[in-house]
Amino acid sequence: MKFERYGIGIAKGMALTLRHLFRPPLTVQYPNEKLVVSKRIRGNELVWFPDRCTGCGTCTKACLQGNIILVTHRGEENKFIVDKFELDSGRCIFCGLCVESCPYDALAMGLEYECAKYSRGDTILSKEKLKLTDKHQPSAYYRPQFAAKLPEQSLLIYDRKEGGQKLKLFPLSKRKRGPGA
Amino acid sequence: MPIKTEPFYLNIGPQHPSTHGVFRLRVQLDGEVIVDVEPIIGYLHRGIEKLAETRTYTQVIPLTDRLDYVASMTNNLAYCLAVEKLAGVKVPERAEYLRVIFSELMRLANHFLAIGAFLNDCGALATPLIYMWREREKIVDLCEMTCGQRLLFNYMRVGGMSQDVPEEFMPALKKFVAEMPKFIGEYEQLIKQNEIFLARTKGVGILPKQTAIDIGASGPVLRASGVKWDIRKKDPYSVYERFDFEVPTGDVGDCYDRFWVRLREMRQSVRILEQAIDQIPAKGPIWADVPQFFRPPPGEAYGHIEAPKGNLGFYVVGDGSIAPYRVHIFPPSLINVTALRDMAIGWKIADLIIIFGSIDVVLGEIDR
Amino acid sequence: MTLLDQFQQMLLSTGLPDWAAYLVPALVGVILIVAVSLTLVIIFIWWERRLLGRFQLRLGPNRCGPEGILQPVATGLKLLLKEDIVPAKADKILHFLAPIVVFVPVLMIFAVVPVSDGAILANLNVGIIYVIAISSISTIGIFMAAWGSSNKFALISGMRTVAQMVSYELPVVLSLVGVVLIAGSFSMLSIVQAQSIPFILVMPLGCVIFFLGCLAEMNRSPFDLLEADSEIVAGYHTEYSGMKFAMFFMGEYGVALAYSTVITTLFLGGWSGPLLPPLIWFLIKVVLVFSVTIWMRATLPRLRVDQLMSFAWKGLLPMAVINLVIIAIEVLVVPASMLWLMVILNFAFAAALVLLWSRLFTLGGGRVEV
Repeated sequence: MKFERYGIGIAKGMALTLRHLFRPPLTVQYPNEKLVVSKRIRGNELVWFPDRCTGCGTCTKACLQGNIILVTHRGEENKFIVDKFELDSGRCIFCGLCVESCPYDALAMGLEYECAKYSRGDTILSKEKLKLTDKHQPSAYYRPQFAAKLPEQSLLIYDRKEGGQKLKLFPLSKRKRGPGA
Repeated sequence: MPIKTEPFYLNIGPQHPSTHGVFRLRVQLDGEVIVDVEPIIGYLHRGIEKLAETRTYTQVIPLTDRLDYVASMTNNLAYCLAVEKLAGVKVPERAEYLRVIFSELMRLANHFLAIGAFLNDCGALATPLIYMWREREKIVDLCEMTCGQRLLFNYMRVGGMSQDVPEEFMPALKKFVAEMPKFIGEYEQLIKQNEIFLARTKGVGILPKQTAIDIGASGPVLRASGVKWDIRKKDPYSVYERFDFEVPTGDVGDCYDRFWVRLREMRQSVRILEQAIDQIPAKGPIWADVPQFFRPPPGEAYGHIEAPKGNLGFYVVGDGSIAPYRVHIFPPSLINVTALRDMAIGWKIADLIIIFGSIDVVLGEIDR
Repeated sequence: MTLLDQFQQMLLSTGLPDWAAYLVPALVGVILIVAVSLTLVIIFIWWERRLLGRFQLRLGPNRCGPEGILQPVATGLKLLLKEDIVPAKADKILHFLAPIVVFVPVLMIFAVVPVSDGAILANLNVGIIYVIAISSISTIGIFMAAWGSSNKFALISGMRTVAQMVSYELPVVLSLVGVVLIAGSFSMLSIVQAQSIPFILVMPLGCVIFFLGCLAEMNRSPFDLLEADSEIVAGYHTEYSGMKFAMFFMGEYGVALAYSTVITTLFLGGWSGPLLPPLIWFLIKVVLVFSVTIWMRATLPRLRVDQLMSFAWKGLLPMAVINLVIIAIEVLVVPASMLWLMVILNFAFAAALVLLWSRLFTLGGGRVEV
């Protein structure tokens, strides 16, 4: 092994590192600034629409682990009335097969990705936690009707000028930074 | 007084900063020179093949994601090819092109991580790794736009893909492909002529051509030893016959050649991506009409693809019910790792880490 | 006359007993050195982490205190509160004494570094030799740590340490003798005063050899195979936790700071500069040298042991000897007022030597038949 090129290779490498010193950093200051996730995120807390659900049980058969528990009884006009619809989000792998298989669009993935809980019982989501509220919105995974309300994803491919991840060359410390990306 | 010496065993254990996963190596040393290497695997066994016997054909796809978690869509593709051969399903045209696009994106993502981790093992203190991570982030953003997750995608289905790409996907992909050659050139500048890197990797860990063929190695490990074998050319699957690309090979089979083959493969991937973006039909179905619980006729099929790490194969046996009777996975990393002992004897500990990094294994595949 | 000597004269004249007039300046000097150097070490740890982050496209620590300046303090506090674990089979005395033997020589180097005109603790007339001698003691400390840990990884790293640090002493000392020849004295004050043109221009090859040798003595990239994270987990300080690890950590940055100040004094002209006060110039130059070491750490992969040894013995040592011979001849031939002539000659010789060595030098090593 010879010391070819008289040390010029090392100098070129160091020149590249020096050039990177003058590029804006890629990281964001996480709890204060968050990047916007995609519209089709397979998020944590799923959303269930009780008025559309007919109790057919296709989602329970589609789940590969058997996370969904569905208990129904027959009501008037021979329709199913859903007594208990529980989803174990602690065991869920968020593959989205249940959402894809529902023929009535009654189930949708959520938008959250920061759901840590203190006890294991809290991860089992019952009918009340799965309802649609202002804070608990569905994502557009396999449900394009919800895509209009969601914000655009922040992409690293586009620079700052094109609306991508907005980062400055000398970002100041957290107290002076604004919220959002 | 006679001097008594003992062999000195060192356990580069399951928890170590640079075994790519939980992998244990029991090394017998004489000073710093390696005398014997014994790999011990099984720390990440999850029983995927057994679980697949009680899941339907569609439910096995999220399980196959977890094999090679660095480039997960390629595992889905191999499994879907095997099941489509078994059931005789024809995939629509736009879905085939989308499969090619995502396979090449996954190849780029995997090679970025392989090269970055390799340089981290050489000692460049995570700086090339972070630059590679930036490029991989761009690819992962594209995949997140399409299917919602960033690591384990669950996007391909038997007979096509599960959803169509959104409208902002194609412009972003075009911009990414336009900028990629410049970034690959930057990494070449950082590393390729660096004398310290050349001194660490040239001539180290040579795998001769006949040994590579005898062991059954595949992927960049085989191509760096001089054998021009790429399944995309020898046994084409999907629509790979319509693209024009080269298969780079190396001369000697040392660590530098394996690194250099991967870098050139990345440039060829960019070429395939450009052609695919031009040729893809603008509209069309993306999923053949396959029911959720479908029953293929009884039989067996083997589907293999050129995964970024080598020749990944799935052997599926069906018996007419909604779940496969047996799924066997043929992982490239396991076969490539059997070459480690021949390559590493006679070198020093620092070289062992570099040789192991240049084979590019992922433990999810080896242990399944 | 250094500042402390003036202080001592003043105390003698006020009528204190003689032993007090000798003791008080010494105590003041010692406390000043320890306090200032530890504070500077803490600031340099912060600077390294921020600058390394910017090279790697990320921010460094910026949460603890304004822009992260209290982060090293938080690190020190955490290490103070950790449990002190000693392995059961370890050699207790060696394990206990090793951090002290590594850390204390670092502080002693600061005694002979001139910060400004006359501001030096001890104006020894063998200043440079003192620095080289004291810094070699750390080697024994590291080997004590490696042997006393009863850990195979630490033992491998200890063997490598001794080999590396012993073999890089020679190029360092030989390039130093070149400086001493031109300056005419061993004392650090007079070396700075002799630099009408900074010695980095007068002897470029000597400066490069000294710099690389110092990098190896500091165990920093590209020669940091003692604590190579990816191979031998953490090297000689694998088994240390709590305050002992903090002493190794501070010792590593302390020796980086100490060698940066030595390089500034010897090659960059110490405190001299046009407009600003000399103390500011000194600090600027020290930070510059330190930043160059951080830059090399961010870029370069590390060498293997046998490549490192052959680089020292077959590469740096012959070049250092030839460099010394050339400088000795020039000191005899060229009159002292025409230093710029030496600049031109030395640059030509440096280029010729580097080209010649790159052609002839092989790094050696390779596969061993077992």
